[in-house]
Amino acid sequence: MKYDVSIGGNHYQLELGRDASRWSCHLDGLEVDVDAIPVRPGVLSLRVGHEIYEVKCERKADHVQVWFRGECYAAEVRDPRSLRARTRAADDHGPRKLTAPMSGKIVRVLIREGSEVDAGAGVVVVEAMKMQNEIKSPKKGTVQKILVNEGTAVNAGDVLAIVE
Amino acid sequence: MFKKILIANRGEIAVRVIRACHEMGIAAVAVYSEVDRAALHVRHADEACPIGAATASESYLNVPKILDAAKRSGVDAIHPGYGFLSENARFAQACVHAGVKFIGPSAAAMEMMGSKTRARQAMERAGIPLVPGAASGLESFEQAEQMAARVGYPVMLKAAAGGGGKGMRLVRTPKELTSALESARSEAERAFGDAEVYMEKAIINPRHIEMQVVADEHGNAIYLGERECSIQRRHQKVLEESPAPIVDSEIRRKMGDAAVRVAKAAGYSNAGTVEFLMDEQENFFFLEMNTRLQVEHPVTELVTGIDLVHLQIRIAAGEKLPFVQNDVQIRGHAIECRIYAEDPDNNYFPSPGMINLLMEPSGPGIRLDSGVYEGWNVPMDYDPLLAKLIGYGSDRVQAIGRLRRALGEYFVGGIKNNISLFRRILHHPDFRAGKVDTGFLDRMLKKQNSGQAGTKLSEAAVIAAGMFVAMGATVSASDPANAASGSKNNSGKAASGWKGAGRIEALRTNIGSHS
Repeated sequence: MKYDVSIGGNHYQLELGRDASRWSCHLDGLEVDVDAIPVRPGVLSLRVGHEIYEVKCERKADHVQVWFRGECYAAEVRDPRSLRARTRAADDHGPRKLTAPMSGKIVRVLIREGSEVDAGAGVVVVEAMKMQNEIKSPKKGTVQKILVNEGTAVNAGDVLAIVE
Repeated sequence: MFKKILIANRGEIAVRVIRACHEMGIAAVAVYSEVDRAALHVRHADEACPIGAATASESYLNVPKILDAAKRSGVDAIHPGYGFLSENARFAQACVHAGVKFIGPSAAAMEMMGSKTRARQAMERAGIPLVPGAASGLESFEQAEQMAARVGYPVMLKAAAGGGGKGMRLVRTPKELTSALESARSEAERAFGDAEVYMEKAIINPRHIEMQVVADEHGNAIYLGERECSIQRRHQKVLEESPAPIVDSEIRRKMGDAAVRVAKAAGYSNAGTVEFLMDEQENFFFLEMNTRLQVEHPVTELVTGIDLVHLQIRIAAGEKLPFVQNDVQIRGHAIECRIYAEDPDNNYFPSPGMINLLMEPSGPGIRLDSGVYEGWNVPMDYDPLLAKLIGYGSDRVQAIGRLRRALGEYFVGGIKNNISLFRRILHHPDFRAGKVDTGFLDRMLKKQNSGQAGTKLSEAAVIAAGMFVAMGATVSASDPANAASGSKNNSGKAASGWKGAGRIEALRTNIGSHS
């Protein structure tokens, strides 16, 4: 399997292969001695050379979050040949969803459907544990749809609005 | 001795008290709101009573419902934990009327210490050193002006009826006094329903050092050593330790004797804490008394070897203190981290939600008082304390080493948490040197968190991310089924977990043994 991986603005090419007994791995063309044992769902014991890493991983909407040694990395992993990778590039210019970062309740809707917004403008306000959080538009555009009202209870990941 | 105790609380403290009950052969009754049916404290209890909607005022703060649950389950006593009704004199009195023993001080002792200004007045009478200022609430601007001139700027305005930083204003110059007084009063009114504000000399960057006291109902009172709680963010404690690095046995004896005098002046019984501020010259001044068991009690338990909740239960059952002051020895060092569901990258905004992965530390010198488990949906309705992680060692260096090691093993997935904050604190040279004060954490947080992980780690991250995608062995965080309220069961998540494990097993045999 070939992947284009981006972390923190750096880009890497990763090739992973597996036969019956071992992994093969090439990072930017250089061979790396690795193995990986899944120890429980979401947790991998990864060996790179002599180093052992206990890696916790979460798949997010558009990236993979990888935790180990007290650090967290957001990695975009793309299969360069996949259809999804080709169309995702177009998505950045298309409609973008605003999602709730955590469970809570909508206490204010700041913008009307059809209004223009700048990147970073507040669209709705979510309240949880007696604190309020303004959810901002990810891009400059028009608020195509607002899917919640004042008082709507939302869960983490729920789509609140669409900006195109 | 009691046969059955109701715990009028939730979360980690309810679990801790239930454990003490079981250790003493006492049955434990839990109460739970609508979002807490699957909570850890309910799972540990012998009996449990539903007490209403998630909102605290309709459940955990609802005196009639709690007493009704107590009556229906036939308990002898109620343990209030901390927060909620633990310092509510009306509740303590209602327990008396209901014929159920309240595990804590009397309503009268609570009332005396519950009002900051009345507590100050009582301390003055008892000859306890106080921060220069006045015990009574300020009645006019002129009075405030005169007092500030007498005491000397900077001065601190404080709300009589409550804490947590509300109704507090630091006033550095006479010009600021009017507006500070007005805004302190209105904030106090909003937060506590009582606009009374009093004035003290402001001690710049004090250390917050508190003394644990315990008194039986026969007039005996002793102190059990001090705790340093100077690591605070916006006046909320985050990390505590015992003993305090700058307190030697002489200061301990002076503060301890003062704290015992405070307890006796208040007619106090059961466990309580007397809080002091210490200035840079190591003078200490009475701040307030907390008439309950505190969050950070474990550090005292570890350095004294005394189980405070067992002791609370025994005292409430009428027993005399089983030791005298000279029996109390401070041995070793303990440090506690409060693990909160908060987002350190977003101003510590609360982060409720589903814990989809939980890896908890253990091993030498590690105590974990947790109120959560993997698969638990942390509700948004309460204080977001997940657990307390305590490291104990024969000295402070070893305690820090063990705690850092344990933090490296600790992982909470699915919600944001403040574990990374403790790595920073424990690494900080001033903390390691014991050079802290109540401004330490706010200062540390103002500085940019410098941290570029090395190339080697980034490359490992790349390989790890690729591996996970290749294996399909990830935990999905944004599955709506996982974010359901606490009362829905997690069967969907459990089913996919088993499926995932099956796939992983199949992969494992493929990768297999390469001997």
